[in-house]
Amino acid sequence: MAINWFKYSAPSTFYVLAGKLIPWFAWPAAILFFVGMYIGFFVAPTDAVQSEAYRIIFIHVPASILSMIIYLVMAGYAALGLVFNTRLSSMMATALAPTGALFAFISLWTGALWGKPMWGAWWVWDARLTSELILLFLYLGFIALQASIEDPRRADRAGALLAIVGSVNVPIIYFSVQWWNTLHQGSTIKLSGTSMHIAMQQAMFTMLAAMWLYVITVALMRVRSIILERERNTQWVADLAEVKQ
Amino acid sequence: MKPRQKRFVFIIAGVAILSAAVGLVLYALQNNVSLYFTPTQVYNNEAPQGRNFRIGGLVVEKSIKRQQDGLTVTFDVTDTAKTMQVTYKGILPDLFKEGKGVVVHGKLQPDNTFYADEVLAKHDENYNAAEVLTALDQAKKAQSGTAEAQPAASEYQIPTTK
Repeated sequence: MAINWFKYSAPSTFYVLAGKLIPWFAWPAAILFFVGMYIGFFVAPTDAVQSEAYRIIFIHVPASILSMIIYLVMAGYAALGLVFNTRLSSMMATALAPTGALFAFISLWTGALWGKPMWGAWWVWDARLTSELILLFLYLGFIALQASIEDPRRADRAGALLAIVGSVNVPIIYFSVQWWNTLHQGSTIKLSGTSMHIAMQQAMFTMLAAMWLYVITVALMRVRSIILERERNTQWVADLAEVKQ
Repeated sequence: MKPRQKRFVFIIAGVAILSAAVGLVLYALQNNVSLYFTPTQVYNNEAPQGRNFRIGGLVVEKSIKRQQDGLTVTFDVTDTAKTMQVTYKGILPDLFKEGKGVVVHGKLQPDNTFYADEVLAKHDENYNAAEVLTALDQAKKAQSGTAEAQPAASEYQIPTTK
């Protein structure tokens, strides 16, 4: 069976597809969230150095990882929209930005809460922390820039340039702990293996999967709203069952 | 070339040039981006003169000494090549321990000791249960057969000059 994928790059078909997909991401996200929280609080052992305070890692690390991944995906969609002039790609980029900003904020916030008891400071101008703060500003800048331009197609192009230029920051965040002396410790998850107790790993990766599915769910929900908003004058939107009511 | 291929090439070239530019800027700013200097860098006069900065390293075993006033603490910070004495008056973070990482902010004194106004603990990226570490310690001791107790099984990350 051959599937014509380009069919789904049309907002009208994708709107319907996204509506069908949402529950398939939303339910696993909710279930995995509770499983991850349970393992994190009741199965994972107390850390030898940091005792109970380390458990914020189960929120902090998945949120940080996703804040970077979402940015790359957003920049990818934006670039796709710029190159191929596909409306849906640009809408996906716009739909991802608020969630990316949220995760960057969660990463910084939980990091501060973790830093105070462990390091002795809420904040230091360390390369890892500063580059993550820049990532939050890039997200906010992308949202503000798009909101300030009336014409959506022009807003897409301007936002795409900012998103693509800003993607240079993502490898800087990732490698900052290797390139410079930082207070932030190095990566726990490495190609050579993860230096973490197995139950802690299970909790962290379950939370990562849960948050990842959450991101897909809300991105699809948001892109559906954006499609409706931008295509409100078309016949297919007027023909929708939920609009006709 | 089609217009869309042209746009694609423009984007790739733009990102490549920008990455190179950012890379050069960061390379030039290397010392300013790093949060702290190692004792070796301080000895080589790579640390800023006449202003406050941070040094980082491991707290030397059995070097922590409390002064008579009960508040002032002195300890040695090492990067395994060079060692510096630090004096600090104030409350130390919970994770501040001998053999562990530390980052201190303060001023270099004329006698080459460091007078700190802020002490931050630097922990490593390894997470494990206390029982597992104890078991590993015992296994290690049993294997080596030495009576001398090793402090912990985990290998501490030693700050290096980059």
